[in-house]
Amino acid sequence: MAIFIDQNTRIIVQGFTGKIGTFHAQEMIDYGSNVVGGVTPGKGGQKHLDRPVFNTVKDAVEQAGAEASIVFVPPAYAADSIMEAAEAGIKYCVSITDGIPTQDMMKVKIFLSKFPKEKRMVLTGPNCAGTISPGKSMLGIMPGHIYIPGNVGIVGRSGTLGYEAADQMKALGIGVSTSVGIGGDPINGSSHRDILEKFEQDPETKVVVMIGEIGGPQEVEAGMFAKEHMTKPVVAYIAGLTAPKGRRMGHAGAIISSVGESAAEKVEMLKELGVIIAPTPAAMGETVAKVLAGL
Amino acid sequence: MDIHEYQAKQLLADYGVKIADGGLAYSPEDAVQRAREIGGHVWVVKAQIHSGARGKAGGIKVCKTHDEVSDAAESLLGKKLVTHQTGPAGKQCLRLYVEAGTDIAKELYFSLLIDRAQERIVMVGSAQGGMEIEELAENNPDAIKKIYIEPAVGLQDFQAREMGFALGLHADLIPQAVKLIQGCYRAMRELDANMVEINPLVITGHDELIALDAKMGFDDNALFRRQKISELRDKTQEDPREMAAADRGLSYVGLDGDIGCMINGAGLAMATMDMIKLAGGEPANFLDVGGGASAERTEKAFRMVLQDKNVKAMLVNIFAGINRCDWIAEGVVHAVKKIDMQVPLVVRLSGTNVEEGRRIIEESGLPIITANTLAEAAEKAVEARNKVVAGRYQPPASRDTVTSL
Repeated sequence: MAIFIDQNTRIIVQGFTGKIGTFHAQEMIDYGSNVVGGVTPGKGGQKHLDRPVFNTVKDAVEQAGAEASIVFVPPAYAADSIMEAAEAGIKYCVSITDGIPTQDMMKVKIFLSKFPKEKRMVLTGPNCAGTISPGKSMLGIMPGHIYIPGNVGIVGRSGTLGYEAADQMKALGIGVSTSVGIGGDPINGSSHRDILEKFEQDPETKVVVMIGEIGGPQEVEAGMFAKEHMTKPVVAYIAGLTAPKGRRMGHAGAIISSVGESAAEKVEMLKELGVIIAPTPAAMGETVAKVLAGL
Repeated sequence: MDIHEYQAKQLLADYGVKIADGGLAYSPEDAVQRAREIGGHVWVVKAQIHSGARGKAGGIKVCKTHDEVSDAAESLLGKKLVTHQTGPAGKQCLRLYVEAGTDIAKELYFSLLIDRAQERIVMVGSAQGGMEIEELAENNPDAIKKIYIEPAVGLQDFQAREMGFALGLHADLIPQAVKLIQGCYRAMRELDANMVEINPLVITGHDELIALDAKMGFDDNALFRRQKISELRDKTQEDPREMAAADRGLSYVGLDGDIGCMINGAGLAMATMDMIKLAGGEPANFLDVGGGASAERTEKAFRMVLQDKNVKAMLVNIFAGINRCDWIAEGVVHAVKKIDMQVPLVVRLSGTNVEEGRRIIEESGLPIITANTLAEAAEKAVEARNKVVAGRYQPPASRDTVTSL
């Protein structure tokens, strides 16, 4: 099963012929992802990486049956590309692009919300490493070899910290059903809560690891969802214990600007909600192992 | 990006927000000249630094004569003001804003912010102005009115009126309030601001609604399309190390500890810093070197970390994805050879081509401490730091000596 993508998912790359798009499209193809083409306006009809290039996402959906897309378009044009995908009928979109203006993302979210829920595209990112269902499909920029197939779902804001978690799990022989990056921006396509909901519905996923950080209300909202609606255990780690208030720690969204946004406060609230806390970032793997052993 | 009060006021005035007469001064003579141009009998000399709470720090002075204006300017220019927002280092005042004194009948609070949970702009107001909103939120949350704005249609007049009434304004003042609130909202949308705060918003003795202070913050991600706003950047108000890092495409935040860090990815960087703290140390900085850690970039990052003289040990933690550990190891070896390192270095590599990377470090013959796991890396860094503090660390002979041998 896995969530969002598997070996059959028909993928297109937006920003296909650019340097970054080309590099990662090739990596995804090598991993085994079913990449059926890409979109670069003005280059429609050409071939790139042995696959067709389309002028519009609509053409890619109609002619290549595209279902999922990955956006590598530069920040100034990325919101436009995401909305184009939604309008064309793409079901799942990952935006890798870092640096999209916040107000553009507000516009994207409103645009998406106008579609009835069953026709609404799911967006994850921007500013994320993408999504991988190990052994099936990779829609992202992660090193595929650090994940082994299994029963643990991962959702996180950060790319490399997510790799760290997967690597710790791999060292203990623990595999991943799907790993989803939701990105480090203040406004993102899907929240931790949205992804927990998907994992709860996925029969293959037995445990979920949520990797959060300082800033914003999302981790606690997800914890409330887990308490009320989830049967599966959730393990969490919140990064940023040493982050001072009011200072942006790399990610646009990683800033403590009000009460409840520090790592210590989030950890306390999550504990109260019954989420299992990995006490240190080095203990993410072993905490999952303990939870799996207790199932 | 933050801007000064006088800049925010000029921007907002273009959108119809009323402000008092005022002008910018770089010297006591300038300040007196501005006071003359403004006229009247009362002036306020305001230190322009990127921080709120300037009044408490002595940065705002009310003057009744030109001599007082001159003295106030003299005392403020060049001074470092310390507020709870600037941190202990404070911020240096190099510009003054001289403003006509305002006859204040009542102080109110008004701001526009981006609410992350609702993913829209929220308008926040309170009839109790003057104090900081955080204080008010803690002491008297019921006194705060919040109205969310639907992004697709924008702020509607009825919402501005609702806010005006919540601020306790008399009916005669509501049209002025609507104009001011709509002006702030349009400025926020059209200039890609992520906050507009008017604290205090005042009712004058002549029944005018005036922005007595104004603060605006802008979305760094949108500056590419806001040339005019980018030009308002005042580099004297920003941490020089953070600026230098940003110019090199690195993300750096200076902190108070003494273990220097270089890590790829913001989340992993924060986690590594957490691990240092849990191991009993304190990080000296946050530094995300990003995905493509080339040799030059690595060297720049090393220099960035080591220019902080508090640093007593350095920790490099790289998880190579697209990158490869052997490339990073070569970059580290190159940097260490080029820089005369006086503090111990701990390196932890993982991910793609990790064995090759570790071999390069080991075979380099350099005194680099290696670690395999995140926990081990943090422990070794703290241990190395403690050795330095205890005076038990012997830095390697400097390169000059090596070459002469």
